[in-house]
Amino acid sequence: MDMNEIKEIFFQECEEQLAELESGLLKLNDGDRDPETVNAVFRAVHSIKGGAGAFGLEELVAFAHVFETTLDCVRSNKLEPNQDVLKVMLKSADVLADLVTCSRDGGSVEESRTRGLVKELEALANGEALPAAEAPKAAKPVAAAPAKPTDDSGFQPIPFTFDGFGEEENVVEQFTYEVTFKPTRELYSKGNEAALLLRDLSRFGEMGIACDMDQLPALENMDPEASYFGWKISITTPKSEEEVRAVFEFAEWDCELEVKPAEASEGEELPMIPVPFDLSALDDEPAEPTPQTETAATEEASANVVKAVNAAVEKKESAAAAAAAAAAATQNNAAAAASSAGQTIRVDLDRVDRLINLVGELVINQAMLSQSVIENDNNGVSSINMGLEELQQLTREIQDSVMAIRAQPVKPVFQRMSRIVREVADMVGKQIRLVTEGENTEVDKTVIDKIAEPLTHMIRNAVDHGIESPEKREAAGKDPEGTIKLSAKHRSGRILIELQDDGGGINRERVKQKAIDNDLISPDANLSDEEIDNLIFAPGFSTADKISDISGRGVGMDVVKRSIQALGGRISISSRPGLGSTFTMSLPLTLAVLDGMVVTVAGQTLVVPLTAIVETLQPEASAIHSFGANQRLISIRNSFCPLVDVGRILNFRTNQANPVDGVALLVESEGGGQRALMVDAIQGQRQVVIKSLEANYTHVPGIAAATILGDGRVALILDVDAVVGASRGQSLKPEMSLAAAG
Amino acid sequence: MSVSYAVKSLSQGARELIAFRIGDQEFCVNIMSVREIRGWTQATPMPHAPAYVRGVINLRGAVLPIIDMSARLGMKETEPTQRHVIIVAQVKSKVVGLLVEAVSDILTITDDNIQPVPEVSSDLEKQYARGILAIDKRMICLIELEALFPEKAHDKESEAA
Repeated sequence: MDMNEIKEIFFQECEEQLAELESGLLKLNDGDRDPETVNAVFRAVHSIKGGAGAFGLEELVAFAHVFETTLDCVRSNKLEPNQDVLKVMLKSADVLADLVTCSRDGGSVEESRTRGLVKELEALANGEALPAAEAPKAAKPVAAAPAKPTDDSGFQPIPFTFDGFGEEENVVEQFTYEVTFKPTRELYSKGNEAALLLRDLSRFGEMGIACDMDQLPALENMDPEASYFGWKISITTPKSEEEVRAVFEFAEWDCELEVKPAEASEGEELPMIPVPFDLSALDDEPAEPTPQTETAATEEASANVVKAVNAAVEKKESAAAAAAAAAAATQNNAAAAASSAGQTIRVDLDRVDRLINLVGELVINQAMLSQSVIENDNNGVSSINMGLEELQQLTREIQDSVMAIRAQPVKPVFQRMSRIVREVADMVGKQIRLVTEGENTEVDKTVIDKIAEPLTHMIRNAVDHGIESPEKREAAGKDPEGTIKLSAKHRSGRILIELQDDGGGINRERVKQKAIDNDLISPDANLSDEEIDNLIFAPGFSTADKISDISGRGVGMDVVKRSIQALGGRISISSRPGLGSTFTMSLPLTLAVLDGMVVTVAGQTLVVPLTAIVETLQPEASAIHSFGANQRLISIRNSFCPLVDVGRILNFRTNQANPVDGVALLVESEGGGQRALMVDAIQGQRQVVIKSLEANYTHVPGIAAATILGDGRVALILDVDAVVGASRGQSLKPEMSLAAAG
Repeated sequence: MSVSYAVKSLSQGARELIAFRIGDQEFCVNIMSVREIRGWTQATPMPHAPAYVRGVINLRGAVLPIIDMSARLGMKETEPTQRHVIIVAQVKSKVVGLLVEAVSDILTITDDNIQPVPEVSSDLEKQYARGILAIDKRMICLIELEALFPEKAHDKESEAA
């Protein structure tokens, strides 16, 4: 494994950490005050910093360090994570993500942006009242920050390295700690070395160490990669407990670590009490009795001591209980972390795809085998038959589980959207909250990869056009903060994604006027509200009067609709004036399978995507009309629709088939308008697995992809749009191909 | 041929070729590009494909185009029977099936065995032939698959068709 590969893994992990960071911050933003959430956020930044340090990514380390320091203040409850603080943090998370991207792909983040945020973070960490004083309305804290004097040229992460820690421990005093350190196997597998950690610790002061070998098994039972040793260390040092813990910082989650102050200097009176000794408890209690001992009688003194001891013991008990609870909590967290780490593995997508291919082949093979056994076995009750039935069930199950491997929650895409909302809202000066729902809904990886783009576009649209400005909203009696709701759920074998805004809804008058101006409809057209709403999907329609930076880059909702259709999905809009609009997208759960109609054309088996078919009909001779030299039209309920002979378009036959002998599939094509595709016969409907033709061959005009049918033969999947296009006289040449649906 | 012999000769710059028959002619290709050899199965014809593309078959879940080598080398189209075989070969990034009459031999040769191609008038032969082998009084033509199927070959051919 070379350095680049390791670096690649680091960046992959960064992606995960960034996602964790963002989701944690958003949770905090929603009022979650669970210490574990704060810890998770802290951990994410910390891991990025650690990794970046290893690769010498200075810029990233520097920023992550400042960020981490501020987060540590939140972690230690010195900083209340209120809305303003979180706003800065969310922005910092964005910048951190950008820095990671820049480190990977080259390029750089604007220094002013980083520096501004560093200032803000530092201010927060130092407890300055920046958010309260300078940004009371949380309107533009970013704009305010860079205006502050920036006298030092670069940020220096060093000044506050340990400011946050051990402030109260300024006395040069020697403490003795009992450290129990038991690494788990993960510690070693991550390349940490216990001996080095112990050596670091030994630099702090005088150290006694004992190795705990109780768990060492007999040689024949030994797992070479397991961790069997633990150490008990007793160290006397002027450092604070935090500093001692900091030695184990990078190993913290991969070991059992207990650091507790051992008996302190004056604690010799109580050597028999084995519970952890709380230093702060001692500071409080003996402070009173000590000056008294000079004057008071011995009994009194002893009574006092007993009292103090009792109180101390009481305190210790509660402290011990608290410590135990805390330890239990950490253990739980560690267990949770360990189990979640054990639940996922990183697998190359190609391997999964290969597995899916093989399982697909297994299913076909099994079907063929069953077929031949049934044909050759007359009594039909042989044990082979029963075995085959079991095999069939097993292969089905294997297929389902393999498909499930590719399924991923939509969460990462949704999280990306929240950043887009933040950025675009800032740009246009609107206050918008993104609420997500059902982000754990799972869908095939290919779908996830492809919905991000149309979704981004729609979100930008919703922020730019959907939600009104705060003033307008207030005037309309609405919350000045707009809400965009993004939700996902499964419905009847498809995934339903809804994007809902509480903005002004579609301005139907304007949409209609625009459509008339753009010659999309005639001025006297009588359209229902729904029809007007759907005009925004028409090609060449864009409501933005002026092209803004955010939306209206020449691509409109028609592109969104097209890309969703290309995925085999549908999109619709419903809008209520003054209350907002809802876009509903329904997408297939996977792009690997397709619902198709299996048809016969000129002796060949073809598959027509079911989403394209409006209806099927058996033409009657009287409904067929010749039109011109070699065009034919079919009349359907008094409207005429061109007939397209699929066999001829694909060069499967040279002379026209008689429509009466075949079946017409009424399809709706991309450019609108219906066509009747003539095929010879319908074999049935089937879910087919899509296979690429391009992988080993080349793109074939008129054909979207291929599939393998139950008999093991390859069948071609028709590219309806290209075939319809060809019937309009566009040639079916590869470079003219319209086969985007593949 | 013993294994040790093969190893020895391979180490001396020898290479192994797989020879196949089309009509009364013999050809050979580098064995390293051959993935497997399988019997003929009916292929699904492709629309708008050049005449030498017989169609596609299912090779354990992958769609494999079948090239009629006879037609591709400018001879008459094959009428495949059960006895015809498909040589599954890797050509650059793609995997194709070559329809031939039969696989006849596996040859281990060194570069000394390869004679240059004589001057012929046809461009097609010049395009793919890389040498001629004389083995047991047979003449075997060494062909280079990459030259037969340059990366963009299919597009050009289908445009022309």
